[in-house]
Amino acid sequence: MKFETAAGENPIDRQQVVGKGVDRIDGPLKTTGTATYAYEWHEPVANVAYGHVIGSAIAKGRITSIDLTLARRAPGVLTVVTADNAGPLGKGERNNATLLGGPDIEHYHQAVALVVAESFEQARAAAELVRITYERVPGSFDLAAAKDTAKNPGKITGGEADTAVGDFASAFADAPLQLDAIYTTPDQSHAMMEPHASIAAWEGNRLTLWTSNQMIEWGKQDLAKTLNIPAENVRLISPYIGGGFGGKLFLRADALLTALAARAIGRPVKTALPRALMINNTTHRAATIQRIRIGADRDGKIVAIGHENWSGDLNGDSPESGVRYSRPLYAGANRMSATRLASIDLPEANAMRAPSDMPGSMTVEVAMDEMAEKLGMDPVEFRIINDTQVLPEQPERSYSQRQLNECLIQGAQRFGWNRRAATPATRREGVWLIGLGVAGGFRDSPVTTSAARVRLDGNGMVTVETDMTDIGTGSYTIIAQTAAEMMGVPLEQVEVRLGDSSFPVSTGSGGQWGANSSTSGVYAACVKLRRSVAQKLGFDAQQAVFENGEVHQSGRRIALREAAADGDIVEEDTIEFGDLDDRYKLSTFASHFVEVAVHSATAEVRIRRMLAVCAAGRILNPKTARSQVIGAMTMGAGAALMEELAVDTRYGFFVNHDLATYEVPVHADIPHQEVVFLDETDPLSSPMKAKGVGELGICGVSAAVANAIYNATGVRVRDYPITLDKLLGGMPQAV
Amino acid sequence: MKSFTYERAETPVEAAASAARSPGARFIAGGTNLLDLMKLEIETPMHLIDVNGLKLDKIEATPDGGLRIGALVSNTDLAADARVRQDYGVLSRALLAGASGQLRNKASTAGNLLQRTRCPYFYDTNQPCNKRMPGSGCGALEGFSRQLAVVGVSDACIATHPSDMAVAMRALDATVETVRPDGETRRIPIADFHRLPGDTPHIESALMPGELITAVTLPKPIGGTHIYHKVRDRASYAFALVSVAAIVQPDGTGRVALGGVAHKPWRVESAEAQLPDGARAVSERLLADARPTHHNEFKLTLVQRTLAAVLAQARG
Amino acid sequence: MSDSDDNGLSRRQVLALGGGLVVLGSAPVSTLAAPHDKGADESPVRRTVTSTVAFVVNGRRRELELDNRTSLLDAMREHLHLTGSKKGCDQGQCGACTMIVDGQRINSCLTLAIMHQDAEITTIEGLGTTESLHPLQAAFVKHDGYQCGYCTPGQICSAVSVLDEIKRGIPSHVSGDITAPPQLTSNELRERMSGNICRCGAYSNIIEAITEVAGERA
Repeated sequence: MKFETAAGENPIDRQQVVGKGVDRIDGPLKTTGTATYAYEWHEPVANVAYGHVIGSAIAKGRITSIDLTLARRAPGVLTVVTADNAGPLGKGERNNATLLGGPDIEHYHQAVALVVAESFEQARAAAELVRITYERVPGSFDLAAAKDTAKNPGKITGGEADTAVGDFASAFADAPLQLDAIYTTPDQSHAMMEPHASIAAWEGNRLTLWTSNQMIEWGKQDLAKTLNIPAENVRLISPYIGGGFGGKLFLRADALLTALAARAIGRPVKTALPRALMINNTTHRAATIQRIRIGADRDGKIVAIGHENWSGDLNGDSPESGVRYSRPLYAGANRMSATRLASIDLPEANAMRAPSDMPGSMTVEVAMDEMAEKLGMDPVEFRIINDTQVLPEQPERSYSQRQLNECLIQGAQRFGWNRRAATPATRREGVWLIGLGVAGGFRDSPVTTSAARVRLDGNGMVTVETDMTDIGTGSYTIIAQTAAEMMGVPLEQVEVRLGDSSFPVSTGSGGQWGANSSTSGVYAACVKLRRSVAQKLGFDAQQAVFENGEVHQSGRRIALREAAADGDIVEEDTIEFGDLDDRYKLSTFASHFVEVAVHSATAEVRIRRMLAVCAAGRILNPKTARSQVIGAMTMGAGAALMEELAVDTRYGFFVNHDLATYEVPVHADIPHQEVVFLDETDPLSSPMKAKGVGELGICGVSAAVANAIYNATGVRVRDYPITLDKLLGGMPQAV
Repeated sequence: MKSFTYERAETPVEAAASAARSPGARFIAGGTNLLDLMKLEIETPMHLIDVNGLKLDKIEATPDGGLRIGALVSNTDLAADARVRQDYGVLSRALLAGASGQLRNKASTAGNLLQRTRCPYFYDTNQPCNKRMPGSGCGALEGFSRQLAVVGVSDACIATHPSDMAVAMRALDATVETVRPDGETRRIPIADFHRLPGDTPHIESALMPGELITAVTLPKPIGGTHIYHKVRDRASYAFALVSVAAIVQPDGTGRVALGGVAHKPWRVESAEAQLPDGARAVSERLLADARPTHHNEFKLTLVQRTLAAVLAQARG
Repeated sequence: MSDSDDNGLSRRQVLALGGGLVVLGSAPVSTLAAPHDKGADESPVRRTVTSTVAFVVNGRRRELELDNRTSLLDAMREHLHLTGSKKGCDQGQCGACTMIVDGQRINSCLTLAIMHQDAEITTIEGLGTTESLHPLQAAFVKHDGYQCGYCTPGQICSAVSVLDEIKRGIPSHVSGDITAPPQLTSNELRERMSGNICRCGAYSNIIEAITEVAGERA
């Protein structure tokens, strides 16, 4: 099915199932521990051996020798895979560093060997017996130091690396009120709960890999390419994924090394990355340095906005650029942006929840708060008057929907924004300083091709198969809701099978494109199935109504299952999107409101209230969508208050590479969270009229926390995370 | 984790004797720190002596009005003991500020005292660390040291002792009771139990080979307001940036010990004389010889401000 | 325990810039509990040592012959194929492996299976089934107290114990008066659940789920 014009009325609009906040259909499995994750396939895989990954001890240089003598002599050891014995390997399209290092080392904890033994305990012990010598060479590990070497990458996601509209320099210089500030955001880790893990089993030249991967097709293609085997010989199975956030978008070392080992010993092998290896071995969100300049007139209209962003990546591969956030968001006739990318030798950076928009929102929404203060204007009001319904760089292109102002207005009302003290550090409850903060939130809602197969059987069961993944997002449930709505059956009559490369290729989970695109693919397949059913039962496909397990038209009713009485009906289709996404800007919007208490002596920060108001098209399932948003709010709170990969700029690695030292929020950090979804459908987005929310939810949260801390304390911190050491100097005198 | 042999000991003397007899032996109680370190081969015992059967899990009154806490009393049970809550509130508070509910259920009193540092360079076996591998250098000194020690440090080591419980015990003047392989027992004041790093940061306590902790005793209660204020980057389940254990009497005198600042619970008795003069005077004395790094200099201010908050709280 | 050809250096030798040899590594140093000179431990390759252990798992007695090094978590996951308990960090830093042993929740990754002779062990599989959910499991479904599901069994096992711990009067870090019985408040639940990390960030919903069940029981 091609989606090229605005969606008209369709069966989804009935919202008998879609739009309902039903419980997740995978809930009973997940809460009883019976959902099977990558490392847990005992049934289909017998006689499995265990792999243990060794990570490089240096960040840059080469291996001068590997001595496997002791390791091979250790009890239970079956093989040791290294670059020396792995044979020629290709490199995945989406990989930057090679997944099996040696002799050249590109980053710290790059995998250099997989020790395989009869048991996990034996593999882990033998790994310590592999003797490796390295020669270290100097590297560039400090973004601040490398900033001046950063280059123009030419293109960034969404356009040119440099943009200019009007005359920014003059307009900024002439603006009666100016802000010119530098902000930094740190390297961050996905830190999903399930480590990257894989089980590999070969049958002849065909490989089955049970793994934990957000993008089945990417993983399959890149694994085949790296192994130099045809893609059709690779099957990936990943029905449950213990969190991803972008960290499992790609083929990683666990998958490749496990496949190599299983081939080498002719026996299934399984491997999970040790937690302490994950942060330096896999990808992370890159740190940024951002300069933001805003010029405004005395009425609060932005007349000039400039945003420059520096980041670094291994081999100068790809930038993390906050300018993507500011360019389309707030009005202003004179604008500039610039993105610069340094080549540095830290582990490779890549997407983490709302790449670029997250660090962009962390800074831009603080700059807006600072500018509002300069103007003596309420920060909600300042955002409202700088709203735009068209792209500031491209006024002929409008947003398909943009309810940012409604988000701000409703949020302010619900949160009791009028209780915010306009003067910072003036509201106190005992030893606690209280502050309120606001931020806008924005994230595009891309659409991508997605296919699905649907089957109707003689019992009236509808089975959906697609290689779409559920990384906690609720894909199983919204896909079931879509099929139930389309086929007019109760949710219990739908079975959803995901995460298997033998199913039609879907959009996968990333970039908040998954929910809208994958359900649209299911919609397309269901339209075909409806047609076949109607034909079989003698109805007009356009006129027939599918509901309550029946098909009816003009008073004639037949049970749906009758259509499959003499054999299952199977249909498959793909949703393909035309150029609506180019003609209009498909985006999602939010406002975030946060109340913090800051200890007046120690500067400990406690978040007391959080509210998000979101406008994100049709909400397919308010319960799971809300969860996406509260989860994003939690991660945004972490980014504001604690999350930072500490770089050892001498040895070139992230020092705090475990969950005790890379702190993410715990229960005690997070209050009750409120989420409101504005009533919205977007016929330009898809037949589902839906959008993404999983990444929208994180954009703006950290800035709202930062702004609340400022309101509480009067201390403006422009370097995330806002840990108490950065506040202490500006806090009121201790008694 | 290297392979090891395993036995369950029946009595403390038997356990100590077995440790003396068996090369490379370690006692294991809760195991929450030892096993973590064994997985990384920072610890590589040849033989584990499981002491959980030693029946050292009682909290008993002592003749002089104090408490004798068995070495195997779990952190949860110790924190929840009615006498501890009533008379040694700072100890309850410190225990409850540490780790998580799950870990406190497993962690023992003796094991908590013997926790090893959480310095990331100690934990990363690719990095130099004089504590893990004497003579290899200190990765932290010029590296990432935000969490690490500011006082009592040496050129060899700036690790901190991670325990909260031990900080409260230091303020309470606890005594560590042990038994040696020959059956001899001794009592070690907690002030002498933990060591400063000096040139030998790998030697962390006063224990001799094979010596087993059997109990920790607390002197009779001294009254006062008991406060444990732990400052950390998240609200729970994190090690301290700085912690203050304080017992403040109605007349403004009292005791103060610090966590998160040194290789051992940090207490300077002479500084306590200045408690009536306020937090600044006390913390200046407490941290008189501080040698912070660029990363952890803030702890000096934080100690003073936390102490100020604690004293204000004590005043009510 | 043969094969004593260890040269005394760890496997991670780094040739530093300028040619000087810098050895970075993990030579064991004895300090914990029972310091002892390393004596006979000069062999880097040690034989595997196993022991027999028997315990009751979810009401059923199980006897296993295990490598001494096997964690209780791996005994469940790899030997009994009870994979409901999750391995998130294997370092006691996440809580995904939480199970209830002899009535107390613990991190099963930081304890050896052979240390649990005759123990009564309850894993998530012992609380309820998909057909017959434990009230907390049902409440987690109702309140969407999970997303990816990986921390969920640990959260639920922990929650079962938290309610029990409050009932038993065990105080917490946020208890106002620690000499008084603890209250069943959201703040108490948040503090007590903090050893279970949920990176998906379902915390707000988890607390609602637990609160509902606690309320029904109160």
